Amino acid sequence: MTTKHREDLLRQMIRIRRFEERCVELYSSTKIRGFMHLYIGEEAVAAGVLGALGPSDAVVSTYREHGHALARGISMEAVLAEMYGRTNGCSRGRGGSMHLFDAGRRFYGGNAIVGGGLPLAVGLALASAMRGEPVVTACLFGDGAVAEGEFHECLNLAALWRLPVLFCCENNLYAMGTALARAQAETDLALRASSYGMPSWPVDGMDPLAVAAATERAVESIRGGSGPCFLELRTYRFRAHSMYDAERYRDRAEVERWKDRDPIPRLAALMREDGELTDAELETIESEVGDELTAAIAAAEAGPFEPVSDLTRFVYAEHAS
Amino acid sequence: MTITYREALREALREALTEDERVFLMGEDVGAYGGCFGVSLGLLEEFGPERIRDTPLSESAFVGAGIGAALGGMRPIVEIMTVNFSLLALDQIINNAATLRHMSGGQLGVPLVIRMTTGAGRQLAAQHSHSLEGWYAHIPGLRIIAPATIEDARGMLWTALEDPDPVLLFEHGSLYNVPGELAADAAAVDIDRAAIRRAGGDVTLVGYGGTLRTALTAADELAADGVEAEVVDLRTLRPLDEDTVLDSVRRTHRLVIVDEGWRTGSLSAEIAARAAEAALYELDAPIERVCTAEVPIPYAKQLEDAALPQAADVVAAARRAVG
Repeated sequence: MTTKHREDLLRQMIRIRRFEERCVELYSSTKIRGFMHLYIGEEAVAAGVLGALGPSDAVVSTYREHGHALARGISMEAVLAEMYGRTNGCSRGRGGSMHLFDAGRRFYGGNAIVGGGLPLAVGLALASAMRGEPVVTACLFGDGAVAEGEFHECLNLAALWRLPVLFCCENNLYAMGTALARAQAETDLALRASSYGMPSWPVDGMDPLAVAAATERAVESIRGGSGPCFLELRTYRFRAHSMYDAERYRDRAEVERWKDRDPIPRLAALMREDGELTDAELETIESEVGDELTAAIAAAEAGPFEPVSDLTRFVYAEHAS
Repeated sequence: MTITYREALREALREALTEDERVFLMGEDVGAYGGCFGVSLGLLEEFGPERIRDTPLSESAFVGAGIGAALGGMRPIVEIMTVNFSLLALDQIINNAATLRHMSGGQLGVPLVIRMTTGAGRQLAAQHSHSLEGWYAHIPGLRIIAPATIEDARGMLWTALEDPDPVLLFEHGSLYNVPGELAADAAAVDIDRAAIRRAGGDVTLVGYGGTLRTALTAADELAADGVEAEVVDLRTLRPLDEDTVLDSVRRTHRLVIVDEGWRTGSLSAEIAARAAEAALYELDAPIERVCTAEVPIPYAKQLEDAALPQAADVVAAARRAVG
């Protein structure tokens, strides 16, 4: 992997981390409302997976998707303005934190029904296969989705029809407050997926280099026409499930143990060791990300509100009359 | 030419598959079996397994795949065997198909047609006989259509496929074998307006799908007694063509609604409410509703018949209204 590639991964993770840290402040000062689910700790997955896709590939995501959206190239301004409920938000303020969309970047949301995005990904892949386009649809979901019927229906259908889907299970060990072992009889999720006859492997989701390498390998296989792949990305969220979570279900010590594996300092240390990163360079990245964030907040706060008279727009297509 | 409702639907599918390469049909047993009710018989041989896709029994996955394929530029037609089974795909239909355009601020659209059988009358008991289209008509973001005639069975599909939003097309199971005349040049029909199937000045009978025949049969009986009923076929259940119904009520001053759904919270309740809101002072008699009894549809014939709206019930309701 080139230095440039590693630096891109590092920068992407820092962008996501700093963005969400600021979101916490904005939420506390009530500028952002609704449910907000933070991704902090899981950035290696977004950086590694999304970074390995091309612009014509499609992405289906979940309600914990700020990181996915940013890594897909949706601007900080568009994501933040969405959380502010403004028309310059990437869903014009109709979706909020859980429903980020960008049709041009083929980012199909932002789905707040656990498992609800999997069938969409199968269909997007079916469309590209029927149209003869060499496109991969990446479908991100959490370990909680594995308990849903749609998970099993969709893995079967994608494998049966050899569709170009990359199933990316972000296993952060908790479905909201329910630990994996309290919900799943078999906790080896890659093993479960492999029973549907698709290549499936576990990946260290705290290591962006491992995530990027696994994604590249899977994408190459899928683009080659051999059907879907499944990645179990073993990761951990450092923060609560949402802003309303008292975290009664896990030990602080467990969280601290996982923080020792924080992907950002881990990659930075590796790059320093290999002579690919100096303190000054890291400072530059932080400073550039800080500037980007400051500009995004200003733009979000300056964004116009949708007039209430437009309330019922976008329920149906608007016909030219 | 004489053709059955089933054949009219099949002709519509054949035309769509022929005219638009983005169109494909997907569902349980639509291919090798020929369709649970025989609608797609022969299409697999004609169009091949890429475009006539048998699916596993995974309603949520294949309905959601239809939504995804529509997002991806295709024009899928998804068949669900019956509306009862569509409940396994309710999440996809309501949380995705109906909401994606709005949640995305108008960026996405779901040009998908979902066909399914509805209704009772064939002694299939409670899990194959319910009429839940009224439920779906509650949901913003969906269009709900119910062809009751041969012409509409032939013509509604193409119009539905041209709609940029999801359309649910309900085929009443008792209609498949019904024959009728179809013009050789039959083509797409509008799906915006209700239709007056029989003119009359004494009472308005409103039906749709399977209950149109019930209303027309009742109208014939009433005519024998000198009562001329006007029969309105709703055709589209969402958005409702309120104007056609209310214009008729303003002429006849009496309203009887025939709905195979249960009375409580039904489409008939919606129509009655709109008539009361917009035409109360036009009414010379209380609004009458003839609905399915509030019971899961039973198997035994005499019980099933007693549960469902019958022409005799409509006649009795119309006579009460006329006084």
